[in-house]
Amino acid sequence: MRKYSVFAIAREALRGNTGWPEQWGSPEPKKSYDVIIIGGGGHGLGAAYYLAKEHGITNVAVLEKGWLGGGNTGRNTTIIRSNYLYDESAGLYNHALRLWGGLSQDLNYNVMYSARGVMMLAHNVHDVQVFKRHIHANRLNGVENEWLTPEQAKEYCPPLNISKDARYPVMGAALQRRGGTARHDAVAWGYARGASDRGVDIIQNCEVTGIRRGRDGAVTGVETTRGPINASKVGVSAAGHSSVLMQMADVQVPLESFPLQALVSEPVKPVFPCVVMSNTVHAYISQSDKGELVIGAGTDQYTSYSQTGSLAILQHTLDAICELYPMFTRMKMMRSWGGVVDVTPDRSPILAKTPVKGLYVNCGWGTGGFKATPGSAHVFAHTIARDEPHPINAPYTLERFRTGRLIDEAAAAAVAH
Amino acid sequence: MLLIHCPYCEEERPEPEFRHAGEAHIARAENITELSDEEFERHFFIRSNPKGIAFERWRHMHGCARFFNAARDTLSDKFLVTYKIGTPKPDLSGEIRRK
Amino acid sequence: MTQAFRIPSAGRLDTGRTLDFTFDGKSFTGLEGDTLASALLANGVHLTGRSFKYHRPRGILSAGAEEPNALVGIHRDEARRTPNVRTTIQELYAGLTAVSQNRWPSLSFDVGAISNLGAPFFSAGFYYKTFMWPRAAWERLYEPVIRRTAGLGVAPDKPDPDHYSNRFAHCDVLVIGGGAAGLAAALAAAEKGASVIIADEQAALGGSLRFESGAEIDGRPGWEWAQETKTALRARDNVRVLTRTTGFGYYAHNMLGLVERLTDHLAEPSPEAPRERLWQVRAKRVVLATGAIERHMVFPDNDRPGVMLASAARTYLNHYGVAVGRKVSVYTAEDSAYAAAIDLKKSGTDVLAIVDLRTDPEGALVEQARSLGIDVFAGHAVTGTEGRLRVRRVSISPVSGGPRRELEIDTLLTSSGWTPAVHLFSQSRGKLAFDEENQRFLPGEYVQDAVSVGACNGTSDLAETVAESLRAGETAAKETGAKKRKTVKFEAQASEDWSSGMAGAAPGAKSGSKAMAFVDFQHDVTAKDIRQAVREGMRSIEHVKRFTTTGMATDQGKTSNIHGLAIASEMLGKPIPQVGLTTFRSPYTPVTFGALVGHGRGKLFEPTRRTPIHSWAEAHGAAFEPVGQWERAWYFPQNGEDMHAAVARECHTTRQAAGIFDATTLGKIEVVGPDAARFMELMYTNPWQKLAVGRCRYGVMLREDGFIYDDGVVGRLAEDRFHVTTTTGGAPRVLNHMEDYLQTEFPELKVWLTSTSEQWAVIAVQGPKSRDIIAPFVEDIDISDEAMPHMSVREGRVCGVPARLFRLSFTGERGFEINVPADYGLSVWEAVWAEGQKYGACAYGTETMHVLRAEKGLIIIGQETDGTVTPDDAGLNWAIGKKKTDFVGIRGLQRPDLVAKGRKQLVGLKTTDPKTVLEEGAQVVADPDQPVPMKMIGHVTSSYWSENCGHSIALALIEDGRERMGEKLFVPMPDGVIEVEVTSTVFFDPDGERTNG
Repeated sequence: MRKYSVFAIAREALRGNTGWPEQWGSPEPKKSYDVIIIGGGGHGLGAAYYLAKEHGITNVAVLEKGWLGGGNTGRNTTIIRSNYLYDESAGLYNHALRLWGGLSQDLNYNVMYSARGVMMLAHNVHDVQVFKRHIHANRLNGVENEWLTPEQAKEYCPPLNISKDARYPVMGAALQRRGGTARHDAVAWGYARGASDRGVDIIQNCEVTGIRRGRDGAVTGVETTRGPINASKVGVSAAGHSSVLMQMADVQVPLESFPLQALVSEPVKPVFPCVVMSNTVHAYISQSDKGELVIGAGTDQYTSYSQTGSLAILQHTLDAICELYPMFTRMKMMRSWGGVVDVTPDRSPILAKTPVKGLYVNCGWGTGGFKATPGSAHVFAHTIARDEPHPINAPYTLERFRTGRLIDEAAAAAVAH
Repeated sequence: MLLIHCPYCEEERPEPEFRHAGEAHIARAENITELSDEEFERHFFIRSNPKGIAFERWRHMHGCARFFNAARDTLSDKFLVTYKIGTPKPDLSGEIRRK
Repeated sequence: MTQAFRIPSAGRLDTGRTLDFTFDGKSFTGLEGDTLASALLANGVHLTGRSFKYHRPRGILSAGAEEPNALVGIHRDEARRTPNVRTTIQELYAGLTAVSQNRWPSLSFDVGAISNLGAPFFSAGFYYKTFMWPRAAWERLYEPVIRRTAGLGVAPDKPDPDHYSNRFAHCDVLVIGGGAAGLAAALAAAEKGASVIIADEQAALGGSLRFESGAEIDGRPGWEWAQETKTALRARDNVRVLTRTTGFGYYAHNMLGLVERLTDHLAEPSPEAPRERLWQVRAKRVVLATGAIERHMVFPDNDRPGVMLASAARTYLNHYGVAVGRKVSVYTAEDSAYAAAIDLKKSGTDVLAIVDLRTDPEGALVEQARSLGIDVFAGHAVTGTEGRLRVRRVSISPVSGGPRRELEIDTLLTSSGWTPAVHLFSQSRGKLAFDEENQRFLPGEYVQDAVSVGACNGTSDLAETVAESLRAGETAAKETGAKKRKTVKFEAQASEDWSSGMAGAAPGAKSGSKAMAFVDFQHDVTAKDIRQAVREGMRSIEHVKRFTTTGMATDQGKTSNIHGLAIASEMLGKPIPQVGLTTFRSPYTPVTFGALVGHGRGKLFEPTRRTPIHSWAEAHGAAFEPVGQWERAWYFPQNGEDMHAAVARECHTTRQAAGIFDATTLGKIEVVGPDAARFMELMYTNPWQKLAVGRCRYGVMLREDGFIYDDGVVGRLAEDRFHVTTTTGGAPRVLNHMEDYLQTEFPELKVWLTSTSEQWAVIAVQGPKSRDIIAPFVEDIDISDEAMPHMSVREGRVCGVPARLFRLSFTGERGFEINVPADYGLSVWEAVWAEGQKYGACAYGTETMHVLRAEKGLIIIGQETDGTVTPDDAGLNWAIGKKKTDFVGIRGLQRPDLVAKGRKQLVGLKTTDPKTVLEEGAQVVADPDQPVPMKMIGHVTSSYWSENCGHSIALALIEDGRERMGEKLFVPMPDGVIEVEVTSTVFFDPDGERTNG
C-alpha cells in the first residue's frame, strides 16, 4: 500500500494525480478461504481488517452483493455517540468511540471523525428523568455525558428554539462532547483499503445464494452468483438482509426489516455547529462539511426491503426540524433516500456465535449501527478468530431472547439510536 | 403512503388510517404455559421477515377498527391481497414462483 | 442600466412593461415575464456565481431547472432570505434583490479563487488522504476551514414569516409536464371524460415549444397552440392546470408529490397567501411528459461565463427576446444546436462558427446554417477557452489533427445531445433500459400505473410525440373508466431530431489530458477526476459519484450524470449499462422544507389535548407540563410560591384537609359483554371473575413477554360491564392491545370494547374531608364507609348529572373520583371547588399527585417501570391471580432470566441526611470507593421532598433490593457521595389506615 502523506499528495499533484494506486483490489474469488464475511459495509470490511491486522488471519474474503458501503453504511446520518444507559451498551459503544478517535491514523485514511458534540433534547419531565438516569449511569461507567439547561443548550447550538411557548419546549439536554459525525463512505473505503492491503479479497457484485453445511452441520462455505466458495467460518454482517441469509443456514433470527429515510438540504455556509437529536419529536440533524443539513427521519411502520419510504415520514421529521429551528423553513430538501434497517425486539444488536458451528452473525443494529462500526467490527473479528465472544460482545447473544436477558435501551429510554 | 384495501370496509383507503400489526398467522398457543422456552421464543420473537411476499396484519385504526391480514411484496410494497381475520392463508405459490 | 442585449423584434415579452431589480447592489431593468437569468442576460451579465470547490467564475448555463451555476440569494426582506435560488427559475418582480454567493469580497474578485491554483492538490477524494496530521488538527484546524469554504449560500437566520399550504388530491390521470406531449395527453384524457391534473414547473405551459421556433401543431405555431390548449383545459371542469408546479417525487401506489410556488414571483404578495403549496396526488394513471435535458460538451475550460447550452440561448432569444452575446459560436455533436445558431443569426447576432465534432454532419439544418453564411467546422473540436470573467476566445482544432485556429467570441453555445428526464419514472421503481444507439437511458419495465410520452420516452419527433401522447392520454382515461366517445386528433410538425449526440469527454479532454474539462460544474468535477476515481479502484458508478461528488450538487447531475457515466465506462472498458446508473432520488428539484411542513408548525405541530377543567386551572395560575399530547396542571403556585413551596403546601393541605385534582386524562375503556370477566382475566394478571359488582380492583397488564405494560383501577359496574382505567399515555395502546387479542386470539369471546377517555371528566377529591366536600352533590348514592368502602364504585348523579363515583385513593387518603360527562366537567369541578373552600381544600397538580403516591409506595408506569420490569420486580406479585391458568404474559414470566436471582426490585431509599433529596435517575452502588467503571446495582426511579414525612423519600430499583432492607448503599454524585438506607416503599401511614378515614 502506498501511504497517504503530504509528500505523496505533492508528488501526485505534479503528476496530474495519475499515479495513485487502486485503493483496494478487485480479485476473482478463490476456491477457498479461512473466513468469509458476507456484507461489504463498514461492519463487514472492518471485521476483515481486524481479522488480518489483529488476528493474523488474512485468507479472508468479503462478499458484497452490490458495491462496498452501498447499504446502511452509505445511507445513514453518521451520528456517533456512546452515552447509552446499560453497562452492556456503554461497553460496546464506548469501545467504538475510543477506536473512532484514532481511526484515521490507524487506517491512514481520513474518515473525518468530527467530535462536534451530540446533544439530545428533553421535551418533558419524563425525558428529563430518562436523560439524567443516562448521565448518572454514564458517569459511573466512565462515559462522558453532561446535562445542559435550555440556555446552555442554546449556547451550544444557537439555531435552537428554546421558547417556552413551543409545542414541545426544550427542558434541557444531554450533551456528549466527544460524540459527533464521520464521513460514512470513508469508513467503508478506509477499511477496504486496509484489509485489501493485508491480503483480504474484496469481491463486489457477488451475491450469496446459499450457505453450505457439512454432515455434522458445520459451515463449509457459501454458494454465490459467482460460484461456490469454501470456508469453515462465515460471518454474516448484512444488516437488513441478515434474516434472509441466516435462513439459508436454517437459523431463525428475531429480526424485522423496516424502511428508514434520511434527507439533506442544499448546502449552505456553516450554520449548525453540532449534532442534535430529539427523540420525542423525531428530529435528528447535523451539518455536513459540505454544508448540507443532514436530517434523519423515522422508520415506516411496515416491514420492507424496497429502500424507499413514504413522504409522510419526511414531512413529520421536517415538521419537527422547523419547530425546533424556525429559520430553516426556507431551506430546501435536496435529496432524500431510504435504507433497510434490521430491528431486534430489544433494539440491541446480535453480535454472536450461532447454533451452527462456524457461522457468526452481526446484525440487528436498527438505526444505530454506524456509530458502533469500529467497535463492532473489532469484537466481531475477535469472535470469529477465537470462536468465542470478546467480553464486550458476550451479552449480545441470540439466546437472550429465549432466556429473557434483554438489553432493552429502547424500553428503558424510549430513545432511538 | 400506501393505499390499502380494507376487506371489511371493502374500499381502498390511505395508509394513515391503518396501523401495521406485525406478522400474520402466528397463533397464540392455547396451552401457552406448556411451551418450552424455545417454543415461546419462536412464538413471540422469531419472525420470518421475508424478502418477497410477507403475510402481515393491519388494523383499520381510523376506520372500522378491525384487524385484517394482507399479503404484500416487501420488495415493491405492492399488496397481493387483503383478507379477513380467520380466513385461511391464501395460496400464493403461483405468485411467488412467478417472481 | 439599459437592456443592451434585448432584441425588440424577438421574444414574447412586452418591452413596455419594465421592472427594476438589483444584483449585488447594482440596479438593472428587465421586463415583466423575465426570469432573473433572462433579465441579467438582457443587460449583458453572464457572471452570476462561483463554483463550490475552486471558486471559479461561473455564468448562466441553462434556461431551466437543471441550472448548476447561476445560483443566487434572493433577499425579500430581513427574514425572507432564500439561498441557492436558480436565476433561471426565479421570475422577475419589481424591486427584486439578488446577491451572489460563495465569494468574498466580491463576485468579480473572490479571494477563495486561490484554491483554483491549488487544484492539482485538491483532486478527487484528496481529503481522504490528508488533513490527518497531527491528529487533533482535523477538528481544530482543517475541518473548520473546509466548512467555511464549502457551502453555497447563507441560511436565513430569522424565523420564516411566510406560511405554506398542503393539499391532497385524487384524479384519474395525472400529467407531469406541460409541453406538447403533456398538453396533448391531458387534452385527450379530458375529452374522454377523465378527471385530469396537469402540472408544469414553468409559469406558462408549452415546454420546449418556448424555443422551438419552427414547430407547428394543429396548423398553428407551437407556442400559440400551447397557450390556446391551456386555456381550453382551464375552462373544463374535469381538468386542473397547475403551473409553477414541480412533480418532485413518485411514491408507492401512484402517489406523487407536487410543489406549487405561489408568491415567489410576486412583487407584493398578500400576507395571507401561502408561499408554496404541497400537492399530494393519488392518481389512477400517471402520464410522464417530463421532456429531456440538454447536455453540455466536456472540453478544456468549458466552464467560463459565456459558455452555455444551445437550447438556453434559443430560449432567451425566442421567448425573452435576449441575445446572449454579440459574437457567438456553437460547439456541438448533434443537430439541434444548429437551430440555435440559425435563430441567432436570423435575429442579427453575429454567429461566427459552428464547430461540429461529427466529420460529416448533414441535413436540412446544416444546409440552412451554411446558407446563412455560418462557418461549419466539421470534424473539429474546441480544445481550449480563454477569458477571466467571460469567455473571449476559443481554440479549435480538427479532431484528426491539423492546425489550431482561434475564434474571438463572447459566447459559446454547446450541446452534446439530450438526456431524457426519466427521474420520476426511475423513482417509481421502473427499470431503465439503455438505448445503445443513442447512448441514453429510456423507460423500460414499469412497476406502477404510469406511461411516458415524448422526449422523456425517447420520442424526439414532434409529430410522433403528439400522436403518442394523444394515444396515451386516451388509453389512460379509458383504463380509469372514462367512457366518452370523443377522440382528439391533430397533427404536428417540426424539423429537429434530438436523438443523436455523444456522451463523455470530447477530444482535448480525453484520457491523459491535464485540462480542466468540467463534467459537474457546481461541484467542480472534471473528466480527469472521474478517471482518477476509476484508477483508484472505484468501479461502481455509485463509488465514482461519492468519491468525486459528481451529480451530488443542487442540480443533482441533470446535465452531468451521463457524461460522468460515459467517462467511467470508457475508462473501465465496460459498456455503460454494466457500469450502472446512479439511483434517481426524490426530489427532482430541491423542495422548500416549509412546503413539506405545511401547517404543521407552532400550535399545529401536534394537537394539544386539554381537559374541560383546563381553563379553570389556567385562571387559577397553574403551571402546566406536557404529558404526551396532554397539557396537565403541574402545580398551582400562590402568592409567588416557587414549585417547591407550592408542592409542599399542596401535599400538606391534601393530607390535612383535602385536595382536588383533575384526573380527566386517565385513559378509560368500557369492557362490556357476557364474557367481559373472562376477557379481563386474560388481559390482566389479576382475578376478575369473583370481583363483586360495585367493587374495584387495581389491575396489572403485561405484554406477552411478562413485562409490565400498563396498570389502573378497574371497577365492575355489572356482571357484564367493567370500567377500566389506564395510564394517561397508555390509553390508545392499551385499547389496541385489547382489541388485538379480542379480534385475533379470542374472537369467540362476546365482548365489546369502547374508549370512553373523552366521555368522562374525572375529578379526584382526596383527603380526610373528601366525603364532606362531595356529600352535598351526591344524589342516590350512600357514600358512608359502610355502604361504600374503599375500592368501590357506584352509579348515580352528582350535581344533578349522571355520574360514576369511585371510592379509591392514589394518595393513601380517603378519596373519591367523580366521573361525569365531559361537558359537565367544569361546572361540577367548580361546585366541588367552592364546597372545598369551606374545608380549606386546595387544588393540586401532577407533581403533588406524584409525591403523595410515592409517600405510599405506589408506582407510576414509565417511571418505576421501563419495559423491563416484572410484577415481582415492582413488588406487585400479590396482583397475580395464583390460581389462574392463563393471562397475557403468563408464559413470558417463567423465562429463566425473569425468575433468576439478582433482579432489580423496587424498594424505598431514605437519605441519611433527611434534607438531601436524591436526583431521579441517580445510580446506586454498594461500594462508593471502587474505581470507574463502577458496579451499579440500581437507580432512583422517584425522589421527592416529603413535607408530610419531614424528610426526603425515594423509590429505587435495586438488585435483590428486598433482601437489603436496612442496608446502607451509596449514590455517588459529581460533588460527593450520598449515603442511603434501603427501606420499605411505604413512607407514610404504613398500615393504610387513612384510606378508610
